[in-house]
This record gives sequence, structure tokens and C-alpha cells, in this order.
Amino acid sequence: MNRKSPLSTVIAIASTAITIASGVLVLAGYFFAQNAVGQTSLLTDIRLTLLNWAIILAGFAIFIGILNLFQVHFKKIQKKEKGSFYSLLLIISLVATFLFGLVRPDQMEVVFTTVQLPVEASLMALLVVTLTYASIRLLRRRFNLFSVIFLVTALLILLGTAPLPLLGYIPGLSDWVRPFIAQVMAAAGARGILIGVALGTLTTGLRILFGTDLPYGGNK
Amino acid sequence: MSIWLGLAGFGIVFFSAALMLGLSHLRRKTPSVFRDIPAFTRLRQAVGLVVEDGSRLHVSLGHGTLTTPQSASALAGLALLRRLADLTSAGDQPPIATSGDATLAILSQDTLQAAAKFSERSAFDPTAGRLTGLTPFSYAAGVIPTIRDENVSANVLMGNFGVEVALLTDAVERENTFVLAGSDNLSAQAVIYASAQEPLIGEEIYAAGAYVESSPLHTASLTVQDVLRWLIIAAILVGALLTLAGLL
Repeated sequence: MNRKSPLSTVIAIASTAITIASGVLVLAGYFFAQNAVGQTSLLTDIRLTLLNWAIILAGFAIFIGILNLFQVHFKKIQKKEKGSFYSLLLIISLVATFLFGLVRPDQMEVVFTTVQLPVEASLMALLVVTLTYASIRLLRRRFNLFSVIFLVTALLILLGTAPLPLLGYIPGLSDWVRPFIAQVMAAAGARGILIGVALGTLTTGLRILFGTDLPYGGNK
Repeated sequence: MSIWLGLAGFGIVFFSAALMLGLSHLRRKTPSVFRDIPAFTRLRQAVGLVVEDGSRLHVSLGHGTLTTPQSASALAGLALLRRLADLTSAGDQPPIATSGDATLAILSQDTLQAAAKFSERSAFDPTAGRLTGLTPFSYAAGVIPTIRDENVSANVLMGNFGVEVALLTDAVERENTFVLAGSDNLSAQAVIYASAQEPLIGEEIYAAGAYVESSPLHTASLTVQDVLRWLIIAAILVGALLTLAGLL
């Protein structure tokens, strides 16, 4: 086991202090956006400055992330791991897109509309099959009342949304059952879940401000 | 935001913080009791198995950007990654962390590096924390080979996912390995409920820290959530009654 050096302890304490101070300043900037005479407060200026710094850092992080992606796949090719052919394809595509972007920056949109979008659209289509299969497996994996309600609701919404061959929209189901489920029951449930998520977000933020959760690798 | 609204928001945060600190002080003296969430019990078993059989743990953090409100679930995932990395420190191989956002990838590397300092393994592998794609579907497509080809026996999908999470849970199902999944996105939660072995619904993802680590502040944060929830329920009921009476 490694022992902590004094320098790493100082760095850990400093990074925790900077994180907490930045978090408190940004939070206070949201709550006290205006001063007593209705002008933009100093806290808002500090919040915007800190957020701008964060956005610049996030932009630079993308560059580092791409290098990381390159490193991961280069290592795979070097070690001739399973799927290294796809890693080679990825690196060739990455370099080709980069060079294309340097030579024809005005035509970069073509790469996205002719390659990226169709591939992602086909993955979306694949999702339909995956979800249907998952729904069938759900009853096998967890056969209980909630799973049955889940599947029956999904089926009712599908039948009420999509027009059926010859029948068209089903009376009653399309104009009463589906809107009731979607706009009353599902909306009420969704709001409950969202309130829970908001409370979870609040307490997670507070734990980070208190330095209990250290998502940036600081020493505990 | 008006001054009064700002003060109200500050008041809620200040009340929550004060309550959390007070309760955490009280919790030091009493043992914590949690509602049973089977997913976390099975996660502990799966982590134990990872250490025993020399396989790998995979934590996927989603594609929530840190400068947006969706970052909270990813931060909860990062905190869990740190704890799980500590728990698997006696294992042969370090955990792998995948993400769809570059800042998250850097933070996951930092987290794994911090955990590696205290592990019995020799060196930190920077490729253990990786960016797999910058759009939701390219991210999912990049994670699938990790689930399939890297000797992974336990997967934790925790962060901001969309419906593309179904591709990941399907890949896990094909490998017949363990998966615990949770997202802050409603559509993803529905997909996860249908497709994952161990789904986390609603705010359960934010409770992961308390269930895996159980420090007084984690336990107190769950109690604060419950207190605030009851206050919101009371406010909704009072609001509904006042509206019904024509006073609001």
C-alpha cells in the first residue's frame, strides 16, 4: 500500500477547498442574482466567470478525450485483442475525418448527414427490436404484478397510438384510455419520480459541497 | 430570479444542509437502518465475485455533461465508482469506467488513479477510464465491446442515459453477466425497468452511496430527502385544498 506524501495531501486539501468554494459561489450566484437596487450582483458575475471557465475546460477536455479514445484503440490493435479490426476502422475514420475537417471545414456537415446520422438512425431502429425482446423477457425474469401492469400499459398505449390495418384508430382506446393513461396517470407518476430525482440531486450536490463524495479522485 | 424567490431557494438549501449536518451528527451514535433494495445487496455479491474470480467490474457513467443539471447522476456514479474501485482493490484487474462525456472520462481516470494508489495492483492504467463516444448512440456502440470482450462479470450503468441504454442492457444479457442500472432520465428508467436485471428507479441512484458506503452524512442525506418529500406532499395537499376552497 502506498502512503500519502505531504505534497499529495496538500494537493488533495487544496483541490477539495477549491471545489467547495467554487460550488458555494456558483450556488449563491443563482440565488442572489440581483442586488438590493435590482442590478446584476457581484455573485452573478463570479458565477458566470466560473461557468465560462468550466465551459472552456470542457472544450479542451474533448480534445483529451479524443486522444484517450485513440490510445484505447491503438493499444487494442497493438495487443491484437478481440475486435481489433474495428479499432483499426475507428482510427482510420478518426484520422480521415480530422484531415477532411482540416482540408474542407465547410463540408464537415456532409460527414455527419451521410455517415453519422444514418448509422445512428439504424441503431435507433435496432432499439425497437431490442425493446420488444426485453419486454418479452421481463415476464420471464420478474413475473409479478408490476411487470404485468407495465406490459399491459405499454400494449394499451401502443394500440391507442398506432392506427391498425383495416381498423384504424380504436374507438374508446384512442380517444379515452390512451389520453387518460398518458396525461393523467403517467404524468402524475412522472412528476413524483421527478420530484424524487430533484431531491436526490439536491442532496448529492450538498454531499459534494461537504466533501463527503469526492468525484474528482481526492484522497479520503 | 427575484430576490424573494432567491431567498426561498437559498432557505431550502440552507435548511437541507443544516438538517443533513445535524442528522449526521446524531447518526454517529445510532446504527443506520435502510429500506431493503435488493439491487444493492446483489451488487455487493457481484463485486465479491469479481475479486474472487479475477474478472473485471465495469462502471458506465452515461453522457451527462458536467455543466448541466444532468451531471448530478453522473457525479453519484463517480462517487460509487470510487467506492467500488476501493472494494475491488484486492482483485487482479482494475475496474473499467466508460463515459460519453470527455470531462466525465477525465474525472473517472482521476478517480481510478486515486483508488489505484491504495490497491495491491502495481500501476494505474490510464485506458481504464475511457471516452467511448460523444453522441448517445456512438457512446452506446463504444461501450458494447467493453461489456463483451474485456472479461467483465459485473456492470454498473449509473448516470444520464437515454433509451440507448437498452442496447447496453441487451449486450449484458447476452453475456449473462450482472447488471445494475439507473438513470435520472424518465424514458431511460422505463427502458431499464423492462430490460435490466437490477433496475434503480427514481432517486434510488442517489442512494447508492449510502447503501455501499454508509457514512453518517450519506445516511443523513436519505433522511433529508424523506423529510423534504413529506414537506412537498404537505404543500401539494394544502395547495389543492386552498384551490378547492377558492382561496388560491
